[in-house]
Amino acid sequence: MAFTLKINGTPHEVDVDGDIPLLWVLRDVLGMTGTKFGCGQALCGACTVHVGGQPVRSCQTPVDSVGDSAVTTIEAIGQAPQGAALQKAWLELEVVQCGYCQSGQIMSAAALLKDTPKPTDNDIDAAMSGNVCRCGTYQRIRAAIKHAAGV
Amino acid sequence: MDELILREQIVDEAAMSRRAFLQGTGLLLGFALTGASTESVFAAPASQVVENELTGTFAPNGFIRINPTGAVTLVIPMIEMGQGVYTSLSMLLAEELEVKLDQVQVQHAPNHALYVNSIIGIQNTGGSASVRAFWTPLRQAGAMGRNLLIAAAAKRWNVDPATCRAKDGVVFDASGSKHLSYGELASAAAKLPVPPAAIVKLKDPKDFTLIGTRAKRVDSAIKVDGRALYGIDTRLPGMKVAAVAISPVLGGKAKTVDEKAALAVKGVRQVVNIDEAVAMVADHMGAAKKGLEAAAITWDDGPNGKVSNADIVKQLEEESKKPGAVARNVGDAGKSLAEAAQRVDAVYQVPFLAHAAMEPMNCTVHLQKDRCDIWVGTQAPTITQSLVAELTGLPKDAVTIHNHLIGGGFGRRLEADGTVLAVKIAKHVDGPVKVIWSREEDIQHDMYRPYYLDRLSAGLDAAGKPVAWTHRIAGSSVMARYYPPYVKDGLDPDAVEAAAEPPYALPNIHVDFVRVEPPGVRTSWWRGVGPTHNVFVVESFIDELAHAAKQDPVAYRKGLLGHNPRALAVLSLAAEKAGWGSPLPVRHGRGISVQFAYGSYTSQVAEVEVAADGSVKVKRIVCAIDCGMYVNPDTIEAQVQGGTLFGLTAALHGSITFKDGRVEQNNFDSYLPMRIDEVPVVETHLIKNAEAPGGVGEAPTAIVGAAVTNAIFAATGKRLRSLPIDTNSLKSSS
Repeated sequence: MAFTLKINGTPHEVDVDGDIPLLWVLRDVLGMTGTKFGCGQALCGACTVHVGGQPVRSCQTPVDSVGDSAVTTIEAIGQAPQGAALQKAWLELEVVQCGYCQSGQIMSAAALLKDTPKPTDNDIDAAMSGNVCRCGTYQRIRAAIKHAAGV
Repeated sequence: MDELILREQIVDEAAMSRRAFLQGTGLLLGFALTGASTESVFAAPASQVVENELTGTFAPNGFIRINPTGAVTLVIPMIEMGQGVYTSLSMLLAEELEVKLDQVQVQHAPNHALYVNSIIGIQNTGGSASVRAFWTPLRQAGAMGRNLLIAAAAKRWNVDPATCRAKDGVVFDASGSKHLSYGELASAAAKLPVPPAAIVKLKDPKDFTLIGTRAKRVDSAIKVDGRALYGIDTRLPGMKVAAVAISPVLGGKAKTVDEKAALAVKGVRQVVNIDEAVAMVADHMGAAKKGLEAAAITWDDGPNGKVSNADIVKQLEEESKKPGAVARNVGDAGKSLAEAAQRVDAVYQVPFLAHAAMEPMNCTVHLQKDRCDIWVGTQAPTITQSLVAELTGLPKDAVTIHNHLIGGGFGRRLEADGTVLAVKIAKHVDGPVKVIWSREEDIQHDMYRPYYLDRLSAGLDAAGKPVAWTHRIAGSSVMARYYPPYVKDGLDPDAVEAAAEPPYALPNIHVDFVRVEPPGVRTSWWRGVGPTHNVFVVESFIDELAHAAKQDPVAYRKGLLGHNPRALAVLSLAAEKAGWGSPLPVRHGRGISVQFAYGSYTSQVAEVEVAADGSVKVKRIVCAIDCGMYVNPDTIEAQVQGGTLFGLTAALHGSITFKDGRVEQNNFDSYLPMRIDEVPVVETHLIKNAEAPGGVGEAPTAIVGAAVTNAIFAATGKRLRSLPIDTNSLKSSS
């Protein structure tokens, strides 16, 4: 089936079965590899993108469920003020190690700051506990979110 | 750092153009060089001389390239997998070369003897050995480059080189009025004879301006906006993507595969059945996964279909009753034990552990008649190359490993099984194919940290001092499979590291190792390897002895560390910073551990709270570390934070178990990672001194388990002798 997806402000035509996860359309069909595959079961958050402004796990988002909603990925999140502030904070606080989960971490954090500009520790726990980091950068992720939010 | 993303392309294009130019001349060239070589680290290969004459690029050794436009490229011998090695090794080079980190581009080294890690003996990244092995060679390489550039400038100015100096990529004369950039000097410097490394004078550490600073990572920018390319991100013209189902039991094979149903899935191109696994080759991973499901594969389990954890443990219990290969024997532990005033005995067990790195196993292969190209993130590129050559029948130099950033290594990528499987599949596929394991395949077909069973006995004198110590370790030997020459008389030096030589004064000690290989289970390196289990055992047992002697755990250890000032110093620092001895609420406790491993001294204090339902909250970890001279304190703090959480995750949650030959865990809901709402703050206190550099990446992983279980003992009186922590055993009886 053919779908037109609005990704990072640009329409993209793809011809895949409707139940194919958005993750693989982004990565394999469209070649946007910034969004990562981690678990395939919405357990790790590495594949987090925004659909209609909400964070979703693209590994469990069938492409036919996206419809006209705008899709934003890590490649474009820096164009949003929260995304830019988070990327800057990530660099200032040297958050990354292997870096593989960080696309998803930043996408989840950007969604958090959009709705909750001054998050508490509990807000951060709630928004970020779906994102796994095996390098253990959590302490710096928390600090960087606060740094970006100015709290 | 756009260059980092492009490095594959740069290397390939450079190699190709040079290869094309010199085709038929019989010369092997620069980055295309592969295979064994006896050249020392500092010999500029013949190819580089050719390259220098061709392009004017200054390449005095394997690590530095400066071209006439002024671009400085540092070739980094060890792979970046999060530990910060692209930054720390660049700092060693840049310090002596006199360039700023933001002036350089980083490129990963190709396979070549120039890039062997001298501690490990091959071009492997592991063992917390990168800074330790390259501390001197990279400084020498940088200094050699600086000296030649200065010499080229001095020659042009007709002055004594000793009167010139270099800074930030520019050479200045004595007055400072004349200056030439490294780019302007590259062609001239490339024509100068390269001196032997040994005569190159290194900077006095007191003059360091980069080493020892919190320099920014060189790989951060590309990791916050999706530009960084890992092996799994490989894209090639005409490439297919394959999902794979591997026999759930080791040694089993596919019995039935519904190929018709699989091929009916849109986007599926081919079904490859190699018995041990079935690959679904498709246009994209979504179709490939769907095709695998449609194939409804059934399996013949083969000889390992009945393997269970209970049987594996029973085998260890039996075998560990027999004596093993002796790791250390000082004094007469048997006699001292018999005569001791008090005797303590214990049996410890630790489970199989998976790596579960965030980037699942993957490998892209393009197998052609006369060459094979492999795109993968690997900690062991030369081993991988040899195995691919063997498997394809190609000569080694026809196999090119395009190494990539790794999305978490932890030892998993020291193994080439993922590449071997991908090549077996690629033999049946026309054109390039990227094989990606699902998370379930990744966890269920890992090569696991071995299950170990340890038997310990100690004898205390009337004052509570240990006069006898015996420790028998039983488990799989990773070393015997991976580096057989390192195992002598049955003794695996990794399996006994940090057990054969505990930091304490133990006048009568006997430590031995019994190799027991579990059937149907593949074992391997796991962040911290031997010490991850040994430090847990030794530091728990010494805590038991302190308790038997009715002494404070810190005071007891201090009494046994009088001869070991660096261990005593980290222990004292961790205890002091943690507020050891200050009062805590009921069912709260502090525990301490100390270790010497990977060339570094480390001590941790954990503070825990154990709820009435037995659940454990680790509230705080204080870590003191003495890793000698260090490169980047911020990287060390990051490694202490991350390494601690890696070990803490294992202590709290980590266990791989087998039933009917199958691994019972399969994703992050059954093999649990720690998450942000669960982790404690980790504090790092770094000791500064002039000792030889030690390793950092694995030290906090190995040490944290015992600190936590000792804290649980302090909080509850319950001694945990196995991992992961059994919260059921910690329920409050009141």
